[in-house]
Amino acid sequence: MLSPVVFSILLISVAAFFTFHAKKIRRNILIGKDIDLTANKGERTKTMLKVAFGQSKMVVRPIPGIMHFFIYAAFVITQIELLEIVIDGVSGGHRRIWHAIDGTALSGLYTFTINFIEILSVLAFIATITFLSRRNIIRLARFQKPEMKGWPTKDANLILCAEIFLITCIMMMNSADLELQARGETMRTASFIISSNFQNIFSGMDSSTVHLFERIGWWGHIMGIFGFLVYLPISKHLHILLAFPNTYYSNLKLKGEFSTLEAVTDVVAPNFDPAYKPKTDPNNPVRFGAKDVHDLSWKNLLDAYTCTECGRCTSACPQNITGKKLSPRKIMMDTRDRLTEVGKNMDANGGKFVDDGRSLLGDFITTEEIWACNTCNACVQECPVNIDPLEIILEMRRFLVMEQSQSPAELNNMFSNIENNGAPWQFSQADRANWTKEQ
Amino acid sequence: MSDKIIKVKTMAEMTAAGETPEILFWVGCSGSFDDRAKKITKAIVRILDHVGIKFAILGSEEGCSGDPAKRAGNEFLYQMQAMQNITTLNMYNVKKIVTGCPHCFNTIKNEYPSLGGNYEIVHHTQLVQELINTGKLKVQGGEFKGKKIVFHDPCYLGRANNVYEAPRDIIQKLDVELAEMKRSRANGLCCGAGGAQMFKEAEKGTKEVSTERAEEALSNDPDIIAVGCPFCNTMMTDGVKHFNKENKTKVLDVAELIAKANDL
Ligand code: SF4
Ligand code: SF4
Repeated sequence: MLSPVVFSILLISVAAFFTFHAKKIRRNILIGKDIDLTANKGERTKTMLKVAFGQSKMVVRPIPGIMHFFIYAAFVITQIELLEIVIDGVSGGHRRIWHAIDGTALSGLYTFTINFIEILSVLAFIATITFLSRRNIIRLARFQKPEMKGWPTKDANLILCAEIFLITCIMMMNSADLELQARGETMRTASFIISSNFQNIFSGMDSSTVHLFERIGWWGHIMGIFGFLVYLPISKHLHILLAFPNTYYSNLKLKGEFSTLEAVTDVVAPNFDPAYKPKTDPNNPVRFGAKDVHDLSWKNLLDAYTCTECGRCTSACPQNITGKKLSPRKIMMDTRDRLTEVGKNMDANGGKFVDDGRSLLGDFITTEEIWACNTCNACVQECPVNIDPLEIILEMRRFLVMEQSQSPAELNNMFSNIENNGAPWQFSQADRANWTKEQ
Repeated sequence: MSDKIIKVKTMAEMTAAGETPEILFWVGCSGSFDDRAKKITKAIVRILDHVGIKFAILGSEEGCSGDPAKRAGNEFLYQMQAMQNITTLNMYNVKKIVTGCPHCFNTIKNEYPSLGGNYEIVHHTQLVQELINTGKLKVQGGEFKGKKIVFHDPCYLGRANNVYEAPRDIIQKLDVELAEMKRSRANGLCCGAGGAQMFKEAEKGTKEVSTERAEEALSNDPDIIAVGCPFCNTMMTDGVKHFNKENKTKVLDVAELIAKANDL
């Protein structure tokens, strides 16, 4: 009975490894500034169910939307079969759930579920092949942008290949098992709709070989899942988990409303209202805007870990479409990369961040990108998991203007015009109603 | 449009005469100073005058809403402007505002409340829609009957505030063929002016955003590109000129369409 022991040790190690990394990611996200997003639980839950669970923003682009839905549904529903695999693995049994319910009314449900999984697996297989060809053969523009060079492209392809591997394994497992059942070697289940078609591949083999294939399928599938869990924390695929909290904490306000900086209000308001009471703590001055990940909110950082690098945002960005450097996807990828770097720095220094002379703005994101933005919200609208790249861009502008006085000269002119004349151009405020006298 | 000058009163004048307007017309910087945008301002005035709404402007007491400063990251300057304007608006006890500029609309509607400015504000297309729906304004196609019109969604009216139907509703009342661009409504493409880009050169790239957008609008071969924002108007006009199509395709604000069609 070696295999249950090996299996259990593997299962516990993978779970421990995953928990260890999940905690680190949580710690990294909480480096961000606190914001209170606890209100409106009902609306938040609704948004999460609609956008993450119901994938409402994916179907805007029907082909990838439906294809992605196949993979997503197959992934979710396969967890039921995975449950049996884990039970069998720990106990050293075979199809324990079926064993427990065989002959009862529930056996029909078992067969239905396995068949359902098999059909979805085929659809997911087609989807995966489609996705691989969109990236590597058709070479859709949004997957070929500069920020996708190297690791991000490999990451995406690796996951898609792993998907094919997982589906192949489970099909192999089921069809070899059906052949063994036909020979009376294992307990009989009902026939399975897809894998039964591959059963005759094994007909010429002796039973021990067929059994070996069944085991390869079984172990391959579960090892694939374990591998996936180990790989998840360093990949863009965290979205399969984080899409849920990220959409739950979506911005519920109108997209046009940008945050009001209270620390600024505390400085400005006394000019208008001498009785004004400051809202922020004057002994604890905050940096205006954001230079590094520490200055962003935890939601911005959760956004960064949730980003799937799909590039829908970038393909809708007017500045990127017209050849500018700005790419909202890159803003999110840079934020994540810097956050990972900061996390490693903390690990190496006993949990405390030690200044490394680097920052998100400058070492990752350039001012050229920051100043190009139209604040048009197209990226926010497009994102299938409700990420807000614009907020990060705005915070960096705030830092550049209010902490560094580093805005483009033309914008400085605009500022001084507003300050002096109450209009962004050099017209006198006294002439504001002159048009009423013109024809 | 007729050439008659309509007497527009300021809040100060009305208050001095002991009068209260039903609505304040927030003109905005572009509408006050830009030659092209002033025509839109006057079209709005003609509509207000025609339906007999008692309205006033702030005149020299109006200041930039602060939108370009805020979007460019200058929160200090934005809040100075906002608080100045809020002080003025509250002093006159303003309750209802109409504006022709989606940027002013967005800022006053969504960002002034947290600084103590609470008003009911509508974009002029919303007001016109309401006037038509309540029978106060009758519109006919006039010179636009049968023309092909494509509407460009301003980001700060559309995506920012989910106002997509009001301008389309009005345009359709003119007996025209309303065409849609592929990127429209929530997927509309920016004209290139927002986020304070209006006031600076673009970063290095392959194209101007306004060219990209105008190209898309012109691919419908429209007689008119309708807009609802003075900045979009500037950008789309530039874009149309880029393709030398200014003789075939005009860029007009929805307010201008209404005023012209009805000879106001
Ligand atoms: S808001 Fe800025 S980054 Fe986002 S799509 Fe518009 S221009 Fe691009
Ligand atoms: S921000 Fe959203 S739309 Fe953009 S790449 Fe990431 S997941 Fe895709």
